[in-house]
Amino acid sequence: MSVSQQHLNIYSAISANRWRTVALIVGFTVVVCLVAFVFGDYFSGSTNGGLALMPVAIGFSMVSSFASYFAGDKLVLAQSHAQELAPGAETQLRNVVETLAVGLGIDPPKIYVIEDSAPNAFATGRDPKHASIAVTRGLLDKMDRTELEGVLAHEMSHVVNRDIRVMLLITVLVGTIALLSDWMLRSMWWGGGRGSRRDRSGGGAIIAVVAIVLAILTPIIAQIIQFAVSRQREYLADASGALLTRYPEGLASALRKIAADTEPLEVANKATAPLYIANPLHDDPKFFDRLFDTHPPIQERIKRLEAME
Amino acid sequence: MEIWIVLAVIVVIGLFLVATYNRLVTLRQRVREAWSDIDVQLKRRYDLIPNLVATVKGYAAHEAGVFDRVTQARANAIAAGQTGSPEQRAQAENVLTGALRSVFAVAENYPQLQAVQEFKDLSENLTATEDKIAFARRFYNGNVRDYNTALQTFPTNVLAGMFGFTAEQYFELADAATEREAPKVSFS
Repeated sequence: MSVSQQHLNIYSAISANRWRTVALIVGFTVVVCLVAFVFGDYFSGSTNGGLALMPVAIGFSMVSSFASYFAGDKLVLAQSHAQELAPGAETQLRNVVETLAVGLGIDPPKIYVIEDSAPNAFATGRDPKHASIAVTRGLLDKMDRTELEGVLAHEMSHVVNRDIRVMLLITVLVGTIALLSDWMLRSMWWGGGRGSRRDRSGGGAIIAVVAIVLAILTPIIAQIIQFAVSRQREYLADASGALLTRYPEGLASALRKIAADTEPLEVANKATAPLYIANPLHDDPKFFDRLFDTHPPIQERIKRLEAME
Repeated sequence: MEIWIVLAVIVVIGLFLVATYNRLVTLRQRVREAWSDIDVQLKRRYDLIPNLVATVKGYAAHEAGVFDRVTQARANAIAAGQTGSPEQRAQAENVLTGALRSVFAVAENYPQLQAVQEFKDLSENLTATEDKIAFARRFYNGNVRDYNTALQTFPTNVLAGMFGFTAEQYFELADAATEREAPKVSFS
């Protein structure tokens, strides 16, 4: 693949991600409105109760979208116990990040270190100017320069492709939806407005069923979106990272080391796991769960990188 | 009736001209920005060299020929940077890279020097700077390729001539040892 094709790929990835960002925020608003409507209708016993909640729902969606767009990265970094790298510390890490930034024509992102011995890394932020890269202590200890370069090139590709923005919004918004529907399910379980429902025939039962189905389905649908979006982009980031360093073996070797390491990363959770370069939870997926894998199988990624040489 | 068709055609052509012109300006601007990235890194290397020479000289004063060569190569590279084309500049930089290698080769023979923190910092910084030069060059050449391709494809090539856009030169450093081939990638 020539350099200009690489550019083309990055530019088309950027515009695709711009659409995804818009679609995500719109989709999120629609889901929140739907949940609020069913919720309001259920408890007040009339459609008006559902409609009355609409301004609240729209306001809530806008606030959460804005918050995750502008402050989501700080939330994710804090949740992962990432500390910003002090000036003068870890010269090699800083040099590699700066070198890759020069190769991509962007400002170097801020660098964070997570004090954990499991080797892993992620990037977050809303655009290349507001990007952060976090690496674990284990990654710094276990990788040599070319492997570190491979991992960081993968992360920097996510930064340039604007994958980080989409992943950030997904992480925060999916978490919010999961929380909302959980909340709705619980309040219905404990009874709220069932009494008033009995006044109307038929419709009430349907709304109740819809509410329950929605409460159960929304988090699952949100998760499936998350997985579908994130798997293909891991391959793309592997490929563009390899093109940047001109050395696919660096990342391949790093992935082999990460695959061999069985230690789970303590600070990662289900919400932040898709951000990392490799699944940090090390939960052995059963057949059904494979549908929900956020990362392509690591052996497959290594195989593709080896095929590039 | 005909006048509207003529007008519509004129408007469409006008829009096309504006879009093409703007695209070429954007691409040329990217080339210039990428060039200034290279410039920054090359200047950083010029700045590091006197310190390196002073540090190594302290341990290997009698190897004067090596130091003269690197100092001369640095002066030539700076001069080429002010007046020369990318091609002349690349030549001068290649000579400088070679001269720097010989300084490090000399330094290999002095174990005490290898242990000095200042020397360690300098060599890490120089390695990082050389890496950055290589990456900046790749980024620049990628942008030049995009721009030149746009200039050569029809119908942009006709307009490019009218507006006075000319092809940019690649920045080629003949350094096979550090340069790696682009891997072949397939998205199947």
